[in-house]
Amino acid sequence: MTTETNTEIARKTNDADTPEVSALNIYVMGKRYLVPAGLTIMAAIEYAGYQFVRSCGCRAGFCGACSTVYRKDDEQKLHFALACQTTVEDGMYLVQIPFVPAAKAKYMIEDLKAEENTILSLYPEIARCVSCNTCTKSCPQDIKVMMYIQNALRGDIAKAAELSFDCIQCGMCAMRCPADIKHYHVAQLARRLRGKYIDTLSKDLKKRVAEVEGGQYDKEIEELVGMSEEQLRGLYNKREIEAKKKKEGE
Amino acid sequence: MDLLYYPGCTVKTSAKCLETSGFAVIKALGHNLVEMEEWNCCGVVASLTDDDLMHHLAPLRNLIHAEDQGQEKIVTFCDMCGNTLKQTNLRVQESEENLDTLNNFMDQEEDYKKSVDVQHFLEFLRDDVGFAKLKKSVKKPLKGMKIMPYYGCTMLRPREVAIDDAEEPRILADLLKSLGAEVIDTPYKIECCGSYHTIEQKDLTAKRAYRISSSAQKAGADAIMLSCPMCKFNLDHRGKDAESLYDGYKQIPVYYYTQLIAMAMGLDIEECGFDSHTVDPIPLLKEKKVI
Ligand code: SF4
Ligand code: SF4
Ligand code: FES
Repeated sequence: MTTETNTEIARKTNDADTPEVSALNIYVMGKRYLVPAGLTIMAAIEYAGYQFVRSCGCRAGFCGACSTVYRKDDEQKLHFALACQTTVEDGMYLVQIPFVPAAKAKYMIEDLKAEENTILSLYPEIARCVSCNTCTKSCPQDIKVMMYIQNALRGDIAKAAELSFDCIQCGMCAMRCPADIKHYHVAQLARRLRGKYIDTLSKDLKKRVAEVEGGQYDKEIEELVGMSEEQLRGLYNKREIEAKKKKEGE
Repeated sequence: MDLLYYPGCTVKTSAKCLETSGFAVIKALGHNLVEMEEWNCCGVVASLTDDDLMHHLAPLRNLIHAEDQGQEKIVTFCDMCGNTLKQTNLRVQESEENLDTLNNFMDQEEDYKKSVDVQHFLEFLRDDVGFAKLKKSVKKPLKGMKIMPYYGCTMLRPREVAIDDAEEPRILADLLKSLGAEVIDTPYKIECCGSYHTIEQKDLTAKRAYRISSSAQKAGADAIMLSCPMCKFNLDHRGKDAESLYDGYKQIPVYYYTQLIAMAMGLDIEECGFDSHTVDPIPLLKEKKVI
């Protein structure tokens, strides 16, 4: 069988009057598919005929369900990405990771204190970190994963929480760590401890919760509930966007 | 003079008082310790096997961070950290092949250029400041305090990274003399404290602490001075545990050398964090009128 070039195939598959789209070869678990360029990995896999029952959630880069591991055929390096956020490239060998086995430590946050050894006592394995930095290199969110583990280890809860703030719990770090650390659970504990015990409570939040509980917004909500879809849409489109307003004001 | 400082996890958690008292001392001596912008765990124990390079990544990464900051020396308080960092430094100085493997593995980092020297704070005091000069800053000599200097293992072994002679060390004794204390010498000064056995075998470590501390007491010591946080925990805390194993035994206080220097220099006692000790070190200081 002679191999057709990507462009040749693309030409054949395109109508004469639609603009020419180049096509790419991708491999889904070893099987080759030809897909149009410009799609996300997720859309490309769907284009190839797969239906996601796992490995797909928000489709917006927030839920961490779509972890993808790939290697390009001419490259040595393994890559990690979110399928919904990454554009497909020619020669990608793809595999979707549907689930990461990583049990969370059981604790009642009310019973904990934010002390130097709190995280270490619930996740003692963080002391096994050899500082290989593989976790950092596996993170599709570009988080300094090793450094948040290191900060957890040295009892700097606030810093561990700060460094891990963008973690979407995809679990890629935990799949790659030679020390079998469950990074994202460690990070979540750090953020919970910081939120509960280290950061000062926002006064405004307290005020607003009291307002809500006092029924101050009940009328507005009832009005919204009574609206038609059309009215709601109109209201939504006319809404004030604070950031935009600020910018215009500048 | 500004010195680049490598802390390590222990001085940030269970041995905070070593760091705070050390900082007070160095400041009073007119120097400034600047914590490394980025650092990770030292690796804790130096891997000695040929085929286990993985465990040299942690120490090497710290040496690279020092180079990233344009520094040729890092100073550390912890004996374990100092030992591990020095051993890896030596390993890659001696084996170009090992260094290549490690540099290649860390492909997103700068290569290590072998330019960093690791110094224990005790070495800094002895070699850069000088005990004679230190003596001049003593305002409240530790007169009448009979103290056994205790060295443990990691500051003295292996020979290649030791800061003093493994069998007859004197750095702590010399330091004590410059502070005006009476040095009590016993052969147990280089006996192992039991190290990490303290986690799984508390009694074994308590017995070792007893052996070391009771030998000091028999020789007339009323306190022990040391440097290593691990030894400190074992002698102070497991030593206290030993009271329930040996009839009539009473554990004597255990000081970090930085705390005793701080006291002898008349610095703020708050910086010594004595409340974190198991055996209260304050009564003896009061009895000997140091405070
Ligand atoms: S992958 Fe594991 S061992 Fe390596 S740096 Fe990250 S936490 Fe440490
Ligand atoms: S830190 Fe780990 S779990 Fe969180 S986003 Fe990065 S790779 Fe995913
Ligand atoms: S599907 Fe939610 S992050 Fe990709």
